[in-house]
Amino acid sequence: MEALWSHLPALQIVIPLLGGVLVALVRRGSLAFALTLVVSWVLPVVSGLLLYQVLSTGPISYALGGWPPPWGIEYRVDVLNAFVLMLVSAIGAIIMPFARRSVALEVGERRSAWFYCMYLMCLAGLLGVAITGDAFNAFVFLEISSLSTYVLIALGRDRRALVAAFRYLIMGTIGATFYVIGVGLLYVLTGSLNMVDIAQRLAVAPPEQARAMVAALAFLTVGISLKLALFPLHSWLPGAYAYAPSWATVFLSATATKVAIYLLVRFLFSIFGGALDLRSLPVAEILIALSVAAMFIASFIAVYQSNLKRMLAYSSLAQIGYMMLGIGIANQAALTGGLVHLVNHAIMKAALFMAMGSLFYRVGTVRLTEIAGIGRKMPLTMGAFVVAGLGIIGTPGTAGFISKWYLAVGALDRGWWVLVFLLVASSLISVLYIGRVIEMAWFRPAADGLAEAKDPPLSMLLPLLLLAAATIYFGIDTRLTAGIAGEAAQFLLGGLR
Amino acid sequence: MNSDVILRVGTKLILPFILLFAIYVQFHGEYGPGGGFQAGVIAAAAVILVAITFGHSAAKRIAPRGLVEHMVPLGVLIYAGTGVACFFLGGNYLDYGVLAHDPIHGRHLGIFLVEIGVAVTVSGTMVALFYAFVERGR
Repeated sequence: MEALWSHLPALQIVIPLLGGVLVALVRRGSLAFALTLVVSWVLPVVSGLLLYQVLSTGPISYALGGWPPPWGIEYRVDVLNAFVLMLVSAIGAIIMPFARRSVALEVGERRSAWFYCMYLMCLAGLLGVAITGDAFNAFVFLEISSLSTYVLIALGRDRRALVAAFRYLIMGTIGATFYVIGVGLLYVLTGSLNMVDIAQRLAVAPPEQARAMVAALAFLTVGISLKLALFPLHSWLPGAYAYAPSWATVFLSATATKVAIYLLVRFLFSIFGGALDLRSLPVAEILIALSVAAMFIASFIAVYQSNLKRMLAYSSLAQIGYMMLGIGIANQAALTGGLVHLVNHAIMKAALFMAMGSLFYRVGTVRLTEIAGIGRKMPLTMGAFVVAGLGIIGTPGTAGFISKWYLAVGALDRGWWVLVFLLVASSLISVLYIGRVIEMAWFRPAADGLAEAKDPPLSMLLPLLLLAAATIYFGIDTRLTAGIAGEAAQFLLGGLR
Repeated sequence: MNSDVILRVGTKLILPFILLFAIYVQFHGEYGPGGGFQAGVIAAAAVILVAITFGHSAAKRIAPRGLVEHMVPLGVLIYAGTGVACFFLGGNYLDYGVLAHDPIHGRHLGIFLVEIGVAVTVSGTMVALFYAFVERGR
């Protein structure tokens, strides 16, 4: 046990990787699910221990293969990525029980082992991006997670899933290419791929290298923004979320874009923040303008969607806008708000998409017009939808309010009261699209086809209710979420020039 | 295709050399160009050549679909398993130095095992992809 303690950073990646391989070897639906469940439940323990270690003794460095950094690949865990690791693995653990019935129905018993294999590979990739301290290794993990995501999406039962997956493949590959070009430029400038080492070398780089640095910054920002679906680089996301199997959408919406946001934060603050005076470049202005555009345009489009999964996908785009807004404003309160929204949005959106998955499981449709009166037939499911929906709107007492409160405080600190106004105005649009569903589900007489609909089985209902409860819990007790996010923000801002 | 004598005899003549070359590339990878990936591709090319000349079912007798699909994860298991073995021998993940008494021998052994894993996965993947294309629409 003592021996494994020091290997926790490697175990975080090796466990899902080996799990995925074993799942592909056993290939039997139920056994594959059991293995996946065990892996998903072990991972939060590992990341919890890492988080505890980091909070009590400071950053952990793990030299892969025994080659010391900066020569070898280093896994480096500090407050920020311990927080992201905890988020990804905890969400994976909570939503896993939901998968069995939902995946068996939508993907089929025959293919479900492959589905779980791809899920574990995706999980290994996402955790890898978060844990690694090596810029090129992050690219490799980014591609592992993206490639498996394409498969997860393509396994959707609607044929349009194939087009959506292909579209994501093209856009994701362009993003990855931009990322590698950026890393390549950094390598030419510094001769290093280790993030800490790059940051130190850039900080003392001669001024004539500034132009190459800005080019690297631009390539990395655009490349990662494609992966995290920042408006207007978002075109792959709505189709991918709408046609992927319900459970894959739950997982991806709660984790994939969050990890990409982490990577952007890491580059902006930990690497370029110490080398370039970011305030002299229009980085913040561009990010804020695009975030505000995302908040409004995506929310408006969401109001007009009839496919509810598609509607929630557009809502995700708007919520990504909030997270990026916090990064753009970049002061203590706003960055805390942006980071805490990673968690809060993951919880709320996972709950909303799980409600959609339950709906599809019982009724076979997620079209708004076909679910009139479903609230009385599936009260717990739609009740959870209402709670998580209120969170997305940002009602006081829910987790969504906490994020927006921090963002508003951050904007006010800068004296940008217009942003506060825009924040409230965009929340009002989300009242429209969430309200439309609530009105249809609860205030209409039940449609004829829904007579036999009822709440889904307990294995699906429990994760949903748990996350709905978490939406309220983290709206009241914010020590765990905003507390750690605040520490991470402080850590990031401390490294700025 | 069955009537084409030159193709059939030519394939039979060339097959052992393809496989021998695959083994050479595999085991010479540390000193010369090559390694598990290239060796895996060459070995898979032998199976694909058989499929093209003698038909799909002949290739499946050499490399059944079930075997091929198990080879894909098996190679990764060998690779990752080597890394895990390093944990238990007191090193970091993939720190091959601890695999033998002498660190240089250990690294040698580690690379050797890992490259076998790569060859297994790559050849399995190549053949599995080929089968997937051949069997489309059947």
